[in-house]
Amino acid sequence: VIRTIVRSVVAMVVITVAFGIVYPLVMTGIAQVAFSNTADGSLITLNGKTVGSKLAAQSFTGKQYFHERPSATAPAYNAMGTTFSNLGPTSDALKKQVNGQIAAIMKLEGPYNPGLKVGDIPVDAVTTSGSGIDSDISPAYAHLQAARVAAVRSIPLSTVDRLISQHTDGRFLGLFGEPGVNVLELNLALDRMGRQ
Amino acid sequence: VTANGIAQLVLYAVILTALAYPLGIYMARVYEGQYGFVTGGVLARIERLFLRLVGSDPDHEQNWKSYAGSVIVFTICFTVLLYLLLRWQAHLPLNPDNLPAVSAPIALNTTASFVTNTNWQYYGGEFTMSYLSQMAGLAVQNFVSAAVGMAVLAAVVRGFARRQTSDIGNFWKDLYRSLVYILLPLSIVLALILVWQGVPQTFSGHAVAHTVQGGVQEIARGPVASQIAIKQLGTNGGGWYNSNSAVPFENPTGLSNLLENLAILLIPMAQVFMFGRMILRMRMAWAVWGAMFVLFAAGIAIAYPAEQHGSAVLRHSGVNIAAGSQQSGGNMQDKEVRFGIADTALWASTTTNASNGSVNGGLDAFTPLGGAVPLVNIFFGEVIWGGVGSGLYGMFFYIIIAVFVAGLMVGRTPEYLGKKIEAREIKIAAVGALFVPTMVLVLTGISVVTHAGLQSIYNSGAHGFSEALYAYTSQSNNNGSAFAGYTGYPFAANLGSVALYLGRFVPLIAALAVGGTLSVKKTHPESAGTFKTDGPTFTILLVAIIVLTAGLMVFPALTLGPVVEGLS
Repeated sequence: VIRTIVRSVVAMVVITVAFGIVYPLVMTGIAQVAFSNTADGSLITLNGKTVGSKLAAQSFTGKQYFHERPSATAPAYNAMGTTFSNLGPTSDALKKQVNGQIAAIMKLEGPYNPGLKVGDIPVDAVTTSGSGIDSDISPAYAHLQAARVAAVRSIPLSTVDRLISQHTDGRFLGLFGEPGVNVLELNLALDRMGRQ
Repeated sequence: VTANGIAQLVLYAVILTALAYPLGIYMARVYEGQYGFVTGGVLARIERLFLRLVGSDPDHEQNWKSYAGSVIVFTICFTVLLYLLLRWQAHLPLNPDNLPAVSAPIALNTTASFVTNTNWQYYGGEFTMSYLSQMAGLAVQNFVSAAVGMAVLAAVVRGFARRQTSDIGNFWKDLYRSLVYILLPLSIVLALILVWQGVPQTFSGHAVAHTVQGGVQEIARGPVASQIAIKQLGTNGGGWYNSNSAVPFENPTGLSNLLENLAILLIPMAQVFMFGRMILRMRMAWAVWGAMFVLFAAGIAIAYPAEQHGSAVLRHSGVNIAAGSQQSGGNMQDKEVRFGIADTALWASTTTNASNGSVNGGLDAFTPLGGAVPLVNIFFGEVIWGGVGSGLYGMFFYIIIAVFVAGLMVGRTPEYLGKKIEAREIKIAAVGALFVPTMVLVLTGISVVTHAGLQSIYNSGAHGFSEALYAYTSQSNNNGSAFAGYTGYPFAANLGSVALYLGRFVPLIAALAVGGTLSVKKTHPESAGTFKTDGPTFTILLVAIIVLTAGLMVFPALTLGPVVEGLS
């Protein structure tokens, strides 16, 4: 038995060094050379300052911006503390969240979308994402917000629609995954256009 | 349910099988030393060096008891190391965000969870674990616990394939080959593709962004990709981030999602073909594959429409949940836009078929029917492909029971692969198949009749019971996925630790014992009266045995949780 223990300790040390230290170090070395931007977190810089990551939702509340999906993190869009809402499918808490979000959207988008009905609101707009930092909204939710963004910015709706399709990530090979609109990139594109 | 959704599911199964078949052949040849680079060359020299370091004779093989002894002592050593690492992480290097020590019950549960290939997480990765704890602690376990399961399976399969010997392999050799020839190369390839797609791989601390609207956002990162690759491939499942593969940094695109999801079932399915190759009867492997496939397909055929149909709350709210070109619709609570319903439902099925337990959406918010699928998948004992190694050796218990039942029905001595299945094997197989489901029901019972247990429950009513049932089902079967509202107070953490260790080692030792007793038997030639174990009849029988044994045990508990919730 003692011999087995000694063998195990030796094996443990060797394996920990090889798989716990060398493997991640080598992978980091290769990744930093080959894919330095994504390896560092797909950060987006503007005038030399980091404004966020392509892969993390951030808070947008201004009417001139597209808004992200609801987030269950504390505070919202906390990229250091991702979490699900864990609200059960029949729970009152879920009902409250959904109804609250419906009311907020009707109030915000209603004035820009005459005749807006609850049935026009896509489901991703009233549900929290899995990570709490889902960087995408559905094309349907983007188009719902487009009228407001165009009106507030005084630009043609067609321009906003064009930007939406430019910042929609399609399915891989047209098959795998679902299309999503990257909100941060879309908003930055709108701001860039505003300054020109 | 959309045409694109169905196409994704079908293509997934086709690609998976196309990749798993050659990998299975490759794995069989690696374990049996049928490649030049395994018996000679640089890696072979390192193998001999490694064997000399651990004091094992390369030409010596072990009987099942000695093999089991090596597995257990090896695991105990890693248990001690990992526990100390988590408790002392504040004083150790590679802790750029200055995280404090992990509390004792959580460290104990996490240790149990990772050395048993479970990766149940009572902690949030990015705000609990230092880079060193993740890399040198958790990720090492992702390799090692997977390799241990794979080694044990190789030994058990040898028991089926060999005759009149008690030798079933050399644990250290099997361990080395699992790590170096199978897990490591696959991890390197997957990790690099994941970085390309957007998964971070850096030793810098968290990033700080000054957001567009003038706020500050801190962004967790680290050497993530190298860990996510092995977490998926080794049916581990423990994420770098709390929300696991739902987080864009862990799973950024449709391509990364496809690959991570394929990685969940790749090795477990390949092992079925490896089995066929090692026993030189591929048709028998296909019969087992068929049984697994039927159960796999049944699960996704229920979960996908259930989630697409949406929860009662969402349907009654009046918002648009119809699938279309502009949105995936359905129950999007705790799901990500880039995956939508089909990919999240598929992942929930695969991760619980295998003992992976990673998620790309929150299971607690699944519809009652959609959430019952993962629960039942796990309750079947992780044998629908199952964990790396543990899945197929768990399936052997059901195979032996099925052969026994068939023998009773036709009135002949049960045989499998020409070996007589006798009282001893049946007893061991019964323990292997029934111990874990029994333990689940006992522990869930304890957790819902004690005050200390009840405080872990997050949602009220029937859904709260489902959370507790899921927690002990997942930990006992070494899955690791969760109805994540269930919280790790000390009582639950300690009860979970018991479930994790017993759930791993009782079936593992039983499987080695089966291999050990079969290996010494003679092989009898097939006769006209031999019950065929290589056709669709056997596949159907096997499915029926699994559904009857495990299904009937879970059904009463299921009625108290998801069934009540679905009907209310």
